Amino acid sequence: MTIIDDRPSAVLGTRRLRKEDPALLTGEAKFTNDLHIPGALHLALVRSPYAHARILGVDLAPALAMPGVVAAYSGADLMGLWAGPMPCAWPVTADMKNPAHYPVAVGKATYMGDAVACVLATSEAAARDAVEAVVVDYEALPAVVDLDDALSDRVIIHEGEGTNRSYTWDLKVEGTEGQVDAAFAAAAYTVSEHYVQQRLIPMAMEPRAVAAVPQPFGGDITLYSATQIPHILKVMTALTVGVPEHQLRVIAPSVGGGFGAKLDVYAEELLCVALARKHKVPVRWNEERGENTQASIHGRAQKQHIELAADADGRLTAVRVRLVADMGGYLQLITPGIPLLGAFLYAGVYDLPAAYDFSCTGVFTTMTPTDAYRGAGRPEATYAIERAMDALADTMGIDPLELRRRNYIRKEQFPYTAFTGLVYDSGDHDAAATLAATLADYDGVRARQKVQNVPGATKRLGIGLISYFEMCGLAPSRVLASLNYAAGGWEAATVRILPTNKVQVVTGTSPHGQGHETSWSMIAAEKLGVDPDDVDVLHSDTALAPLGLDTYGSRSLTNGGVAIAMACDKVIDKAKKIAAHQLEANEDDLEFTGGTFTVKGSPDKAMPLGAIAFAAFTAHNLPDGLEPNLEAQVTYDPPNFSWPFGTHICTVEVDTETGQVDVLQYVAVDDCGNQVNPLIVEGQVHGGVVQGMAQALYEEAVYDSDGNLKTTSLAEYLVPAASDVPPITLGHTITPSPTNQLGVKGIGEAGTIGAAPAVINAIVDALSDLGVTDIPMPASPQTVWKAIHHAQQGANT
Amino acid sequence: MKIRVTVNGTAHDSDVEPRTLLVHYVREVLGLTGTNIGCDTSSCGACSLHLNGEAVKSCTILAAQADGAEVTTIEGMASADGTMHPMQQAFMENHALQCGYCAPGMVMAASSLLKENPNPTEEEVRLGLEGNLCRCTGYHNIVKAVLACAGE
Repeated sequence: MTIIDDRPSAVLGTRRLRKEDPALLTGEAKFTNDLHIPGALHLALVRSPYAHARILGVDLAPALAMPGVVAAYSGADLMGLWAGPMPCAWPVTADMKNPAHYPVAVGKATYMGDAVACVLATSEAAARDAVEAVVVDYEALPAVVDLDDALSDRVIIHEGEGTNRSYTWDLKVEGTEGQVDAAFAAAAYTVSEHYVQQRLIPMAMEPRAVAAVPQPFGGDITLYSATQIPHILKVMTALTVGVPEHQLRVIAPSVGGGFGAKLDVYAEELLCVALARKHKVPVRWNEERGENTQASIHGRAQKQHIELAADADGRLTAVRVRLVADMGGYLQLITPGIPLLGAFLYAGVYDLPAAYDFSCTGVFTTMTPTDAYRGAGRPEATYAIERAMDALADTMGIDPLELRRRNYIRKEQFPYTAFTGLVYDSGDHDAAATLAATLADYDGVRARQKVQNVPGATKRLGIGLISYFEMCGLAPSRVLASLNYAAGGWEAATVRILPTNKVQVVTGTSPHGQGHETSWSMIAAEKLGVDPDDVDVLHSDTALAPLGLDTYGSRSLTNGGVAIAMACDKVIDKAKKIAAHQLEANEDDLEFTGGTFTVKGSPDKAMPLGAIAFAAFTAHNLPDGLEPNLEAQVTYDPPNFSWPFGTHICTVEVDTETGQVDVLQYVAVDDCGNQVNPLIVEGQVHGGVVQGMAQALYEEAVYDSDGNLKTTSLAEYLVPAASDVPPITLGHTITPSPTNQLGVKGIGEAGTIGAAPAVINAIVDALSDLGVTDIPMPASPQTVWKAIHHAQQGANT
Repeated sequence: MKIRVTVNGTAHDSDVEPRTLLVHYVREVLGLTGTNIGCDTSSCGACSLHLNGEAVKSCTILAAQADGAEVTTIEGMASADGTMHPMQQAFMENHALQCGYCAPGMVMAASSLLKENPNPTEEEVRLGLEGNLCRCTGYHNIVKAVLACAGE
C-alpha cells in the first residue's frame, strides 16, 4: 500500500479555471464535423424503417443515377471489405450467443435504423438525397419489444442461434450454497420488489461524426472520430477492417460529450476507413440527430427483481437478484457486460454476510443495441437496492435513514473485504449521510411533512435519500480477466521536460468534457513545481499518445492521473541523478521543493529543474551511463477499483390533482477522496445529478408494439432544459483512497448513480400515505396521477 | 441565388442554393464552424447566433432570409484584441461548460437574454434559456454565469 502524499499543496485542490475553455468559448475548437477536408466523399446510410425485416433486394441504380453520387453499396456488396464482424469485447460466458453482424446488414435488419445500404457522394446533401432513392425490398417480420416476449422465443430474431437468450451469468459466492435460502427462511422481514430500468438515449449534444483520410504517402490512414476511445478503436479497426495497425492513426478531436455512447466501435467508423481505402480518397460522415437516436447505442433497459432478507433489527441477511437485460438487436462493444458492472453492487453500501445470489439473463430484442450509458450497471444496481431499502423501511415502519445507518459498513471496517472478495478501499458512509441530512434539513422536512401531508392535502411533501458506492476506475487487469473482459485496465503516461523548461504530459486518457488538460497539468505542476500553464497535455491522438485505454467508467484520474504522478516521480528521480552529478553532491543529500534541487544545509548549492532539463538536452555533462533528455514513461495497472461513495437527498412536492412533481431541493454529498480541482468535481456532480433526475422524471426511448422508435428527436425525447431542473446543493466529505499516491477516486458517474432512486424515493415518500408503494420511471405527471388513482382504487375496494 | 450578408462586420456576397440553411451557410460557405449543429428539429439551440442583434436558431432560418442582415456568430463575440466578451468570460469563470458543444449557442442566447432583460431573476434565466440544451453541466453553473454577468 502506498503512503498518501501529505505535503501541503500549492496547486492540487485549487479551483483553477480550465485551460480548455477559451478555444471552446470562441469557436476555435474543432469538433470532427468542423474539420476542413478537401476532396472528401460523404457517406450516408440507408436505414431500415422496420424493426425486423428480411432484406429481399436492394436496388441501387436510381441512387447511382443521381448527381454527385460516386458509389452505392448493399451489405452484401461490402462483405469483401471486412476481416471480421463488428467487435464485441466482452464474451461474458463461454456459451454466449453473439451473432455475427457487419457494418451494413446482410440478409436481415434487426432494429429500426439498422443500416442496409450506403451511398458515397461529393456532398453531404447529395449523399442524403441519394439515400432516399435507394429501393430496398423488405419482408417485414414480427417485432420483439417486450423482454418476456423475447424470452418466450415466440419470434426468434437470430434464427441461427435458436433462441433470443444471449447468456445467463450468475454471481454466487463459493462455499455459501444454501445460505441465501436459509437467510430468507429465517428472516424477520423480507421484501420482494420489481423495477424497470427504462431504455434511455444518451444524447450527447454533439452527434457522432467520422472522417477517414488516406495519407499522401506510405499507405497510412488517419481516422478522425467523435469517440471516447481512440486507442481501442484503433485496435478494433485493425481487426475488423484488416488495416495493418501500425498504419492506422486515430484522432479524437474536440469531442462534444460521450456518456458511454461514444465508447463503442460503430459501423460508420469502419465504413469510412474501408471505403477511404477502397476509393483512395477521404470519406466522412456526420450523424444527424434522428440517426443518433437509432444508430448510436441506448442504455439501461433492464427488468429487475430484487429480494432482501433482514433480521428483527432490519440488518440485511441476504440479497437475491434476478435481472433480464435487453441487448437490443445485436451485441455492440461491451453490451453483455453492462449488467455485470452492477452485479457486485446490489447489496449497496451495506455490511452483508456472504448470502448473495445474482443472476442476469441477456436477451435479444428488435431494438437499437444497448451498451454503456453513464454509470453503466451501477445506476441500475443502486436504484434497485436503494428503492428496496425504502420498501424494507416501510415494511418495518422505521425511518429510511435509520435503516441505512443500521446497515452501513462502518468507517473502521475499511478496507472492507466484501462477500464477493472485492476490497472496498475506504469510506465513511455515516459521515456522508450526516452531512447530507444536515444540508437537506432532513428532520425539518420530516416535521413539515407531518403538518403538510394531512388527509385531503393535494400538495404533498416527500423526502428521499440514497447512499451509494460507485466501484469505478476500470480497473485491475486481472479482475477484468476474471470477468472475461477482453482488454486490460492499465493506463499510460509520459512526462517530458523540454530544454526550455516547458513540460509535455502525454496521456492515454481521452477527454470529452472532463477537463483533463487542466487537471493533468495541475498534477504535473504540483509534482514538478512548475506553473500549470507551462504544462501542455497531449491526448486523443494515437500518434502522439500511442499507449492508452481511453476514458470511461470514471477511470481517467484514478488510472491516467495517477500514472502521470508516477511518471513525474520517475522524471524527478532521473533529474536528481543529474543534479547530484553537477552539484557534486550525494543524491541522498538533495531535496526537491518548488521545482529546485538544493543540497541540504547548503542552500546556495541549487539547481532548478529547467537547468537540469537543459543539461539533459545538451548531454555535455551527464553521469556515466545516463541517457540524455529528461522524460519518463509509466504504464500503471491499478491494484484495485476505486470506491467513491456518498448520500443524496431529494425533496419534492407532488400535486396529487395533476401528478406534477416539483423538485424543491437536491442535496448531493459525494466523497471522491482528494480532489484535484473542486470546480471540475462539482461540475461532474451537477451534470450527473441532472442526468439521473432526467431518468427519474423525463426520459424514455419509447417503442410501439411494431418496434417503431417514437422518440427520434429532441422534441420527443425529453432532455431537460434549465427550466426543468432545480439548483443543486453540494457537500463533500474527503476520505482519501489508500490505493494510489494521490488519494483520489472517480467522480464522473456519481451523480447519475444517485439521482434516479433519490427522486423516486422522494415521490413515493410523498404519496405513501395514499397507498402508493412504487412509481415507474419516468415519473411523468400522467404516470404519477395514475399511480395515485390506482392506489386509491385499491384502497376503496 | 445571390445574397449579401454581413457576418461579424464583414460583408459577404454569396451564391447559395435556395434550400441552404443559415447554419450551413456560416459553417460551410464562410468556414465559421464555431456555430454547432446538435439536432434537426430546432430543439437544442447549439446553432444559436445573432441575426440583427437578436438570438435565433440558425437551423430554422434560410440563408436567403438573412439577405441584407447583420449576423454575429460566436467568432464575432470577442474584441479585436482577443478579449473575450463578458458572457464568454463569465462562462469560463463559473465553469459553465464541459464538453463545450452547446457553449457557443448558450453564450449567444444568454447575451441576447441580458440585452432584453439586464437584471433577470434566476427563474427568468432558466426560462430564458429553455431553448438551449446542455447535457454536461446540469445548467447549475450556466445559470450562475449568466447571473454573474448580469451583476457586472
